[in-house]
Amino acid sequence: MATTTPTRGAHGSRPSRRAPKPMTPARQAWRSRLWRFDDKASPYAYIAPFFLVFGAFGLYPLIYTGWIALHRVEMTGLDQMEWVGWANFSTILQDSEFWTAVTNTFVIGVISTVPQLMMALGLAHLLNYKLRASTFWRTVILTPYATSVASAALVFALVFRADGGLLNWVLSFFGAGETNWVNGHWTSNIAIAVIVIWRWTGYNTLIYLAAMQAVPSDLYEAASIDGASRWQQFRNVTIPALRPTILFTIVISTIGSMQLFGEPLLLEGGVNGAQGGTEHQYETLSIYLYNYGWNLGHLGPAAAVAWAMLVLLLLIAAINWLIGRYARKTAA
Amino acid sequence: MTTTSTVTTPDRRGVSKTVVRPGEPPRRARFRPGAGRQHHAGPFAYVALAVVGLGSLFPLYWTLVTASRTQDEVLDTPPPLLPGGKLFDNLEAAWEQAHLGTAILNTFIVSCCITAATLFFCTLAGYAFAKMRFKGRGVLMTMVIATLTIPPQLSVVPLFMMMSDIGWGGQLESVIFPTLVSAFGVFFMRQYLLEALPYELIEAGRMDGANNLRIVRSIVLPVARPAMMVLGMLTFVQTWNDFFWPYLALNQENPTLQVALGQLSASYVPDQSIIMAGALISTVPLLVVFVIFGKQIVGGIMAGAVKG
Repeated sequence: MATTTPTRGAHGSRPSRRAPKPMTPARQAWRSRLWRFDDKASPYAYIAPFFLVFGAFGLYPLIYTGWIALHRVEMTGLDQMEWVGWANFSTILQDSEFWTAVTNTFVIGVISTVPQLMMALGLAHLLNYKLRASTFWRTVILTPYATSVASAALVFALVFRADGGLLNWVLSFFGAGETNWVNGHWTSNIAIAVIVIWRWTGYNTLIYLAAMQAVPSDLYEAASIDGASRWQQFRNVTIPALRPTILFTIVISTIGSMQLFGEPLLLEGGVNGAQGGTEHQYETLSIYLYNYGWNLGHLGPAAAVAWAMLVLLLLIAAINWLIGRYARKTAA
Repeated sequence: MTTTSTVTTPDRRGVSKTVVRPGEPPRRARFRPGAGRQHHAGPFAYVALAVVGLGSLFPLYWTLVTASRTQDEVLDTPPPLLPGGKLFDNLEAAWEQAHLGTAILNTFIVSCCITAATLFFCTLAGYAFAKMRFKGRGVLMTMVIATLTIPPQLSVVPLFMMMSDIGWGGQLESVIFPTLVSAFGVFFMRQYLLEALPYELIEAGRMDGANNLRIVRSIVLPVARPAMMVLGMLTFVQTWNDFFWPYLALNQENPTLQVALGQLSASYVPDQSIIMAGALISTVPLLVVFVIFGKQIVGGIMAGAVKG
């Protein structure tokens, strides 16, 4: 709206704060260019921090890892890099400890993810009923999520102790309880899986619960008119509707299990923890990477381990994608 | 036939808003999606939930029990199930052995810096992705989500070298800067603003002659506040508990709480009850946050999940 404003003497061209003066064409052009620049540049300026931080501390190191993997770099002299080609890769690929770590990571990943997600599904189903104090139950189930890996691992270390451990004491009433949990291959992997399950079941339960509440009620009404029992409704309405969410949680949990570090490190603690047990019986890939780089001080092989993890992740992603496609096909 | 019906749905803040959906038969207003099938829970459901709830809380309770006993009592058979009287002795010992004073201060600094930066940058980026039109928006958003799948393990080796190169080795900066802004946060704020911020409000601001920064300050930030609260709490919990990278980057003299805890258990003669006292110190602040804001955190995780 153009309003007529009294000119203010010699400085008439200065814009007044209260009522803007009609602008000269040149000024108007300048202002509209400014506006357009503001509109064009602002979105990029707003998203720039994410990409700058990710570029500097995520993408660049990720690629640089590949370069380091082809060199000899020692913790004692970080600025000296000596070209060794593929030697680091052949070192770790010929190391049986590496393959133990791959197996353990895989085993722990499966025995922690599968029961965890199934329990979460069941719990979400229970929480989806009309409940008294429903917020209370949700909060209680989520509480382990607020506990750090370190604290959780340390408590469970006491639970799984061979002598004087809580679990063995409880098991002794059933005639068992002589198990040396951390020494066995399977038993130590189970112990670590239990820590993971304890910490993450509640979180996944809430994700499933949110997805269940988004299922349209008409579907259930139609199903119950057709005479479907509660179990059939769960099986044939809820599960198919949750398929994308289930896939999402599988992906997230798989990536999470690739990263297992604090749990194995602190299950026994000390020197044993840093190498994944006396026989490497519960050594994961992250522990292997840490042990090579930060205990032994050879960063070249550690970088090679990181790239091996990348390859494994891509493999798992491909498998996930294939399963997802298969699931969609069978659903259709 | 197009009838217009009003359906009341609770939005993320728990406030009911009325959505008008054309072409739907009128429904009773108290209907929620999925609510039609909600049977009352039977006794079995309560028993099952109580068992899981006890399982969830017992390790935390046992942390308190073991932190208040002597090591001999903790390792005795049968193990103690009730708290003892040694809590303050153990806390004092843990405090002296593991630089816990420094650790608490450091953890607080790191968590606050990262949370503040995450909120600021993620809200801006989330707004841009949700409501601004620009070239490459779809591709860039896909990139943001793709970065969620990259575990930190893949980049720690060069990151460690970089940090010592620029003189941040063992310093808090090396832990703060890599996590200043998170992909999850950008995604979370975008999802919220997509629904919560109407275009009309932005247009109205523009009509009044507000530039983009002004719109962010006067329109976007007030609208985004509830989601920022939730994102702030989630980020704080995560950074407080972060273990892997801080454990590699920081040293014994200048640790965060989790790092100090890890080092306490790696000491030559680990005393279990002192370790558990350390674990208790590192857990209690978050449990307090959880008791106060549990409802909001639960709501936030569920809100972030629906569209995830």
